Amino acid sequence: MTKQAFNFKDYIRPRFFPHIWCPGCGHGIVLGSLLRAVHELGLNKNEIVITSGIGCSSRISGYVDFHSLHTIHGRALSFATGVKLSKPSLKAIVPMGDGDALAIGGNHFIHAARRNIDITAIVMNNRIYGMTGGQFSPLSGSGKKATTAPYSTIDRSFDVVELAKSAGATFVARSTVYHANECKDLIKKGISHKGFSVVEILTQCPTYYGRKNKEGDAIQMMESYKTNTVKIGSKKLEKNPNLIQRGVFVENTDIPEYCEAYDKIIETAMKGKA
Amino acid sequence: MGKGKTVKHLIDKEWCKGCGICIHFCPKNVLEFNKQGKAKAARPEDCIACKLCELRCPDLAIQIIEEPGSRK
Repeated sequence: MTKQAFNFKDYIRPRFFPHIWCPGCGHGIVLGSLLRAVHELGLNKNEIVITSGIGCSSRISGYVDFHSLHTIHGRALSFATGVKLSKPSLKAIVPMGDGDALAIGGNHFIHAARRNIDITAIVMNNRIYGMTGGQFSPLSGSGKKATTAPYSTIDRSFDVVELAKSAGATFVARSTVYHANECKDLIKKGISHKGFSVVEILTQCPTYYGRKNKEGDAIQMMESYKTNTVKIGSKKLEKNPNLIQRGVFVENTDIPEYCEAYDKIIETAMKGKA
Repeated sequence: MGKGKTVKHLIDKEWCKGCGICIHFCPKNVLEFNKQGKAKAARPEDCIACKLCELRCPDLAIQIIEEPGSRK
């Protein structure tokens, strides 16, 4: 290997460590995977902009030594859209929590997907609002317990992959923190893809989701990702269709990317003026 | 142990929060808790440098460094 070996200390702001996440929180593993993905792609730290909203997951923007914007709840994608349109050469990465992405920012999420703007949205799905004390989120699913649902929730959950697919995202993938290497590979693919990429990563919140739903500690929750997920189209699905599928669901390169399409419009509009 | 290599476990005790993920998922049972409840490499000679602990440490507290040179 000619490339310099990976050392995460080259990519973080060590003065903010140890981070604020709880012991066993999966968000740290996602952070590690993101840094490895950036390293393997050989990206310059100055060509990446991390935009995040509010929530545990959104703290990532403070920990990484890239350009970073810590913005308002749910609107990280809108800020990233602005950044990307003004400087299309930057790689825009948006780490989001499940609530940030699909409840507060649900509208921004589907419209960013519809526009197919070259942003990589990493949806860190821990199925709860951890930072504010364990309220149920649109991904908790029915029958789950949370601080605000002591007798279990009645709301059904979104399927991030299906939602992103139908909203028009041109790259959609899913992985879990147990499969940290796969997670890194999918983030890499997402960043390299030209167009709106959604990478859903199932991550554990042992403090609220795990404790409320008696799913055990971080280790048991990670073990459950091993047993409850399979690769897309696995034969195990015939026996148990409830298993969660992992892998790349959509990879479409035919649809024009928003910034490029916008440049064409400018070109057309400028014709005849000169 | 990788052939002709020694493996060094750099564990940042300040960053480690003692979740035990590295200890549980280590295939060679190299790591264990120290008295403060943080991870330590108790049997580094058994390490095969698979780096699963480094990969899955949520606190970015573990670094595995492979060094050439045989071990007794």
